[in-house]
Amino acid sequence: MEVLLGITGKDFTLIAASKAAMRGATILKASDDKTRQLNKHTLMAFSGEAGDTVQFAEYIQANAQLYSMRNETDLSPSALANFVRGELAHSLRSRKPYNVNLLLGGVDPITHKPSLYWLDYLAALAPLPYAAHGYAQYYCLSILDKHHHPDITLGQGIKLLTLCTDELKRRLPVDFKGMTVKAVTKDGIVDIEFDDDKVVKSA
Amino acid sequence: MSRRYDSRTTIFSPEGRLYQVEYALEAISHAGTAIGILAKDGIVLAAERKVTSKLLEQDTSAEKLYILNDNMICAVAGMTADANILINHARSVAQQYLLTYNEDIPCEQLVRRLCDLKQGYTQRGGLRPFGVSFIYAGWDPQRQFQLYLSNPSGNYGGWKATSAGANNASAQSLLKQDYKEDCTLKEACGMAVKVLSKTMDSTKLSSEKLEFATVGQTKDGKIYHKLWSADEITALLKEHDLAKDENAEEK
Repeated sequence: MEVLLGITGKDFTLIAASKAAMRGATILKASDDKTRQLNKHTLMAFSGEAGDTVQFAEYIQANAQLYSMRNETDLSPSALANFVRGELAHSLRSRKPYNVNLLLGGVDPITHKPSLYWLDYLAALAPLPYAAHGYAQYYCLSILDKHHHPDITLGQGIKLLTLCTDELKRRLPVDFKGMTVKAVTKDGIVDIEFDDDKVVKSA
Repeated sequence: MSRRYDSRTTIFSPEGRLYQVEYALEAISHAGTAIGILAKDGIVLAAERKVTSKLLEQDTSAEKLYILNDNMICAVAGMTADANILINHARSVAQQYLLTYNEDIPCEQLVRRLCDLKQGYTQRGGLRPFGVSFIYAGWDPQRQFQLYLSNPSGNYGGWKATSAGANNASAQSLLKQDYKEDCTLKEACGMAVKVLSKTMDSTKLSSEKLEFATVGQTKDGKIYHKLWSADEITALLKEHDLAKDENAEEK
């Protein structure tokens, strides 16, 4: 029951991932970071089979950094999303495919346009204004449908995210130990302080 | 004596030179001239066609100008057969990049990939280097319009205006004299025919001796490239009063 959420706004993309690292019914860690920074303005969040996730994410991260080093320029979020899709599609047709679902958020280094890409382990790729993976989809997409707007500010984006996490705390049967939240802007990636201790009463 | 060092590209001469690479450069300086000029709203490439015959099909045989990609074209100076191999390679590289990233390859990367191949043939034994210089014209979102020149050694550089082939030294100095920062594409085309008219043997030019191509941007921001037809070249020559007299031709 991992939670991945992504929201784009006027000049930013927000990426949030649950902090709990789980194995079966046990929580092993309550401060897990399920994100990797690919380059100055692209961030990737991942969920799926333990082991596969970090391995795949760091493989992509290494390739993105190699590209930046060789070419003295960063890949755009869209180019990276298509690269990741290609790698996943290739893996899917191998003997042991990676079982990883991803959200890739970024801000284009030239046009400064924010973007968000949703990818699953079947190598489906979709650019979206807001997205979620796993059970979070059932609870959050309706909230985001109602409240999201393409030109919201970062403050409004964080409020929207709080609406989503409150609903998750209310309805998900397990404690996901709060969220790591990061925002991608044209100046880079910043950690966002997010209140995890807020108690939400169930209905 | 020199045969000991001439026959292999991989071997330095006692003076520290690579003769085969120098011979390749020499071969190019006998080929038809090619020039490229960077303007603020586009790039023009122009080349002198050496093989001319009344029997030659005009529109179906481009000798020196080729399309590499949606965002890039190039002019060739040197051996066309060698150039075909490199152009084929460049087109594959560009398509492979498009397949992996769903974006056009940045111009400098494509130039560098070709130069890596050219360099390889100056170092790995038993092969002769490619006898071609390229002038590349392209556009990418990061650096907009760009003009590059590469030679058989595998070196390349970015230019505002450059030339390759026969008389390239005089073409270069004419370009240096006439080049204006932020000239328009139209002015650059004019400059190109003027420079070619001075560096080519005949003073009066005709469409069968020239090839022209431009990279530009349409009003809605799309990048286009165009290989000019014989009629368009003739019209440009007439505009600059450099066309061969049609009556004189009939005599």
